[in-house]
Amino acid sequence: MRRRLLLVTILVGGLALAALSPAPIAGQGQAYSPPRLADGQPDLQGTYDLATLTPLERPNGMNAVLSREEVAKLEGAVAAVVALGARPSSGERAAPPKGGDGSRGAAGNVGGYNSFWLDPGSTFTMVNGEARTSIVVDPSDGRLPPLTPAARQRLGALLARPSAENDPGLDPTPGAYDDPERRPLGERCLLGFGSAAGPPALPNYFYNNLRKIVQTPDRIVILNEMVHDVRVIRMNAQHLPSHIRKWAGDSVGRWEGDTLVVDTTNFNADQIRYVVAVAPGRTLMMVESIGAEEQDRLSGPGKDLHVIERFTRVGEKALLYRFTIEDPGTWERPWTGEFTWPATDQPIYEYACHEANYALENILRGARQRDAEATKR
Amino acid sequence: MSHLAAKVASTLVAVAAGAMLALIAVPVVGQAPASVPRLATGRPDLNGVWQALNEANFDIQMHAARPAMALRAGPHGQVPVASVLALGAVGAVPPGVGVVEGDALPYLPDALKTKRENQANWLTRDPEIKCYLPGVPRATYMPYPFQIVHSESSLLIAYEYAGAVRDVFMKDPGPAPVDSWMGQSVGRWDGDTLVVDVTGFNDQTWFDRSGNFHSDALHVVERYTRTSRDVIAYEATIEDPKVFTRSWKMSMALYRRQESNAQLMDFKCVEFVEELMFGQWRKNPLSR
Repeated sequence: MRRRLLLVTILVGGLALAALSPAPIAGQGQAYSPPRLADGQPDLQGTYDLATLTPLERPNGMNAVLSREEVAKLEGAVAAVVALGARPSSGERAAPPKGGDGSRGAAGNVGGYNSFWLDPGSTFTMVNGEARTSIVVDPSDGRLPPLTPAARQRLGALLARPSAENDPGLDPTPGAYDDPERRPLGERCLLGFGSAAGPPALPNYFYNNLRKIVQTPDRIVILNEMVHDVRVIRMNAQHLPSHIRKWAGDSVGRWEGDTLVVDTTNFNADQIRYVVAVAPGRTLMMVESIGAEEQDRLSGPGKDLHVIERFTRVGEKALLYRFTIEDPGTWERPWTGEFTWPATDQPIYEYACHEANYALENILRGARQRDAEATKR
Repeated sequence: MSHLAAKVASTLVAVAAGAMLALIAVPVVGQAPASVPRLATGRPDLNGVWQALNEANFDIQMHAARPAMALRAGPHGQVPVASVLALGAVGAVPPGVGVVEGDALPYLPDALKTKRENQANWLTRDPEIKCYLPGVPRATYMPYPFQIVHSESSLLIAYEYAGAVRDVFMKDPGPAPVDSWMGQSVGRWDGDTLVVDVTGFNDQTWFDRSGNFHSDALHVVERYTRTSRDVIAYEATIEDPKVFTRSWKMSMALYRRQESNAQLMDFKCVEFVEELMFGQWRKNPLSR
């Protein structure tokens, strides 16, 4: 009897402890008391792994929150697929069929990365104790607001990329291979590809999802592993004059209670942000330079892009990251997303990109070769 | 009090005051003066936007001014090569007193040959021309500011040039798992001096525009000592048995940028070298 009581006490005590343990809870920052630095501000420092299975936009037909059973089923299914792709490949396997194996994307169509190389996430993001099916929380349907008519027109060519006859990897946009400036920013090693360029800082669903925060009273730095981008946030400072434009915008920060609020403007206006579905349930926010003839860093379509980010430490090993995007040139109204950044012990490696960028040269050379062959025909 | 006693007393006071002044003015060896700000941990606070003010990026050794980095023989001495001729005085090399202790660089014989070839082929070989990551210690004395972000637990150095960055590990993670352009930096404190041990380099970066180079065996030990609010005394000891017969040292001052709005701006030079590196593959190449 006594033993049984003890067991019950331990169980109940354990549950109580679990309830007290710092689960990431949005809007309840007061419940958790974060460690603080000498200036009294919460310590946001650490390395964070942004990889998650939760897509930017909610897939059609899904509820906003997954049940525990659904999470177990979906995460299990993903783990099985990853395990399948991580099997060692045989040295004796045949070459891919001529014309490719039908797969698309970064690997081209001759097969490429297996799971070993990729880090697309293995769990759904947990916010407020809920397993979320979208990062977007406003609009409440988890989908982005409609594009403005001008943006629809501008993005038409980019979003409707019909596959060319013989080469599904070829970009049919007129002039896409004419100049290095027409190639995607990731291909040029200017910014991370996929969703890795920011702000906002989004999961890349591919690899290189790490961010590191170093915090001082007047400067807070976010190091992005992909393309070694360092964002230096100037605390309680004014934005640069509007004619100074930066690839990742100009970020200034302030504390609102225990939340770091970072305001970013002055993006290169010839960049556009758009969302594209790369696979069912997998949407990426791409950042690209628009066509050469339209390039203008001051008056391009991205001139009014404004990103507001909110960082709150919600647990010993977690930040809640919430962002709002205002871009009247692109979306009909602002939209907001949130997800949890779990801390990680993984090291950040140097991502030297431009230094070995023989691909960009070869892509352009290949296009000139193609031009020469077309002229001959 | 007698006149004499008063005099003795005032002398004693003066001596005591002098002794106190001496105590204040002459810091104990290895301890930074009181004007140096400190973090809550008691360590000197290295935060700030810093920049070297010297000509070491042209040539780390003492050098007279010359007409250009890339030269050819003219009828009466050397003149700029045709490809940099249009730059005129802007392309000239400012003279410098050098930053190398003792000035001589102890190259192995073959390595000295390579250095001279590098210098003769500067336009095609210097990684700075292609906007490649600069390596260490070159990043420190390029003509761009860099920012040290130093918290109680972390230290990160962000360079304006090419957006280069070093995350200085304050806990040794063990040998560098892979070679890199900026190396693996491990920091520790020696009194009030930050000592950064940098290993895991590739052999692609240079020390300056004059072809001074290293191999992948490079090992750099840097010492950052903040000697006042506005100055860091910087030293780098270079060890590379594949290139040099012995280790050697460079030293210089790093100055704090004084502007109230001092900050790193964008210098993503990758975009500035696309015409140089890929321009010939445009559909309609520009004249070159």
